[in-house]
Amino acid sequence: MKLDNLIILPVLLPLAGAILTFMLKGRLSRQKLVALVVLGLNLAWSLLLLAQVRSGEILAFSAGDWPVPFGIVFACDIFSALMLTVSAIVSLAVLLYAFHSIDIERGKFNFYAFFLLLVMGVNGAFLTGDIFNLYVFFEIMLISSYVLMSLGGEKAQLRETFKYMVINMLASALFLIGVALLYAVTGTLNMADLAVKIRTAADHGLLTVIAMIFMVVFGTKAAIFPLYFWLPQSYPATPPAVNAVLGGLLTKVGVYCLFRAFTLLFTFDPGYTHTILRFIAGATMAAGIIGAVGQFGMRSLLSYHIVSQIGYMIMGLGIFTPLGIAAGIYHLVHNMIVKTALFLTAGVTHDLTGTTDLHKLGGLLKVYPLLGWTFFFAGISLAGAPPMSGFFSKFALILAGLDAKHYLLVTVAVLISLLTLYSMMKIFRYAFWGQASREYPKVKYGPALCSAVALVAISLAMGLGADWMLELVMAAGEQMMDPDLYIRAVLLEV
Amino acid sequence: MILIFSIYLLLQGHNAPGGGFIAGLMTSATFVLQYVAYGIKHQRSILPLNFPMLIALGLLLSLGTGVVPMLFGKPFLTSAFGHLSLPVFGESEWATAVLFDLGVYLVVVGVTMTIITALGEN
Repeated sequence: MKLDNLIILPVLLPLAGAILTFMLKGRLSRQKLVALVVLGLNLAWSLLLLAQVRSGEILAFSAGDWPVPFGIVFACDIFSALMLTVSAIVSLAVLLYAFHSIDIERGKFNFYAFFLLLVMGVNGAFLTGDIFNLYVFFEIMLISSYVLMSLGGEKAQLRETFKYMVINMLASALFLIGVALLYAVTGTLNMADLAVKIRTAADHGLLTVIAMIFMVVFGTKAAIFPLYFWLPQSYPATPPAVNAVLGGLLTKVGVYCLFRAFTLLFTFDPGYTHTILRFIAGATMAAGIIGAVGQFGMRSLLSYHIVSQIGYMIMGLGIFTPLGIAAGIYHLVHNMIVKTALFLTAGVTHDLTGTTDLHKLGGLLKVYPLLGWTFFFAGISLAGAPPMSGFFSKFALILAGLDAKHYLLVTVAVLISLLTLYSMMKIFRYAFWGQASREYPKVKYGPALCSAVALVAISLAMGLGADWMLELVMAAGEQMMDPDLYIRAVLLEV
Repeated sequence: MILIFSIYLLLQGHNAPGGGFIAGLMTSATFVLQYVAYGIKHQRSILPLNFPMLIALGLLLSLGTGVVPMLFGKPFLTSAFGHLSLPVFGESEWATAVLFDLGVYLVVVGVTMTIITALGEN
């Protein structure tokens, strides 16, 4: 059997799982089992795909055997496979945590089904080779995220979900407008075909406008400056497990789309588009960290850090050299893992103490040493201290920035990195160090924390095996800077 | 009457105007008419269906139609079709796309009825 046909499995598996869990209404332990098996298979399959495409081969297929620019195309290159693998790891980790933290009520109202649908949307967005289907998968992902966010119906939750919905609906409407304009100008929506048509198009003025529309759309989802305002309020209002998956996965899909669009499609005028991206990168880093400094809730602090870290990824894209893209991807992968780990530790803290307000915590390290150290290592990885993965991804980014002579941006990146360290240490100092301000319940929390520990271990492994990782992301970066490879794989081989 | 027309739409959907979505809507319209005319109790007694379960069944059917070709080494969603001699209807055409449409049909009926009964009960 040809492997190409099976690249869609990461989409089908969660869908089948979601239907099954839906049918197992009320039987919670079986629902959990189905979700676990499905996400386990998903991870195994993503790893297999990654091993397959590592050599540089791009897998592609067209659904229903339709000829290529007309059929629905799915394609998988190194970048996609890498993202699939990381999102599989993250979703599995969050699922394991959710077993301990999501209450029975939420579980009964199809929490697991919508969780799987969310994973399906994310995987679909990584795999699709067609811009309209990207929209469809975005919607699947967003609709499931609305449900996950509002499930439980607490007051703050509903208020924030409403804002989140309005923002995202607006962005989605803009997305559709962008797609329609693109179709009007080029007459196609297949990404590879689009890349060819855009390159040979006569009128680049209109295309630049369309590129900007897409930048706004994906930027809203990815929470870049100045479109990040919805994120820091809405994420902390959700249940911790949902918070972790939104923070670890959802915004990163926006970043993935920015990477895809601005390496494959809109590359005709990098002097204009990518300068804007570089500016946005710097501003996003700064805005996120400035927001974080004033915060005293652990989860809202971490939410601001999402924004700031997104800036680093966009920086890699804005530099627009193979090394820059590779570093951006490295940072993306590193951040998905570490951010989820941080949110999971924050979630466990919340479950244990009933709050994540730094003023009310303190001395946690003595009572829960494992929790404290997990947070510590995840925190320094986020800030970029060796030997964790964050150091190497930032190092590569700064190297790429110096190579391309963007000294100002590099300065900002280094400064922000220091502030990130300060801010992580702030959490550590207030929450974990010092005297316990009150009694904490002595309960077993190991099982709930195990996925966070595993994620930190992965981050450490990615740091220690930086050589291997760099090789992989460099291959991905070079592959993406040469869109011809992708175009040929999709248009000719299918 | 509407029910019959909706089934007609469902069956011709894969190569003529119509299809699972619109057929599903029409079928739900007949159920809703019943519901408006006779109320919820009567509705439950003549149609003892679990509508949310219908959604899941429909999805499963559509997914299945997509996956089966993969087992034969064809890409996802490839549809097969051919001609068949049925004892009563004579020579007729069949296509797996109908099954996909049937799935869509079930989903639409399930979703519409779930929403309307949920709203109606409040």
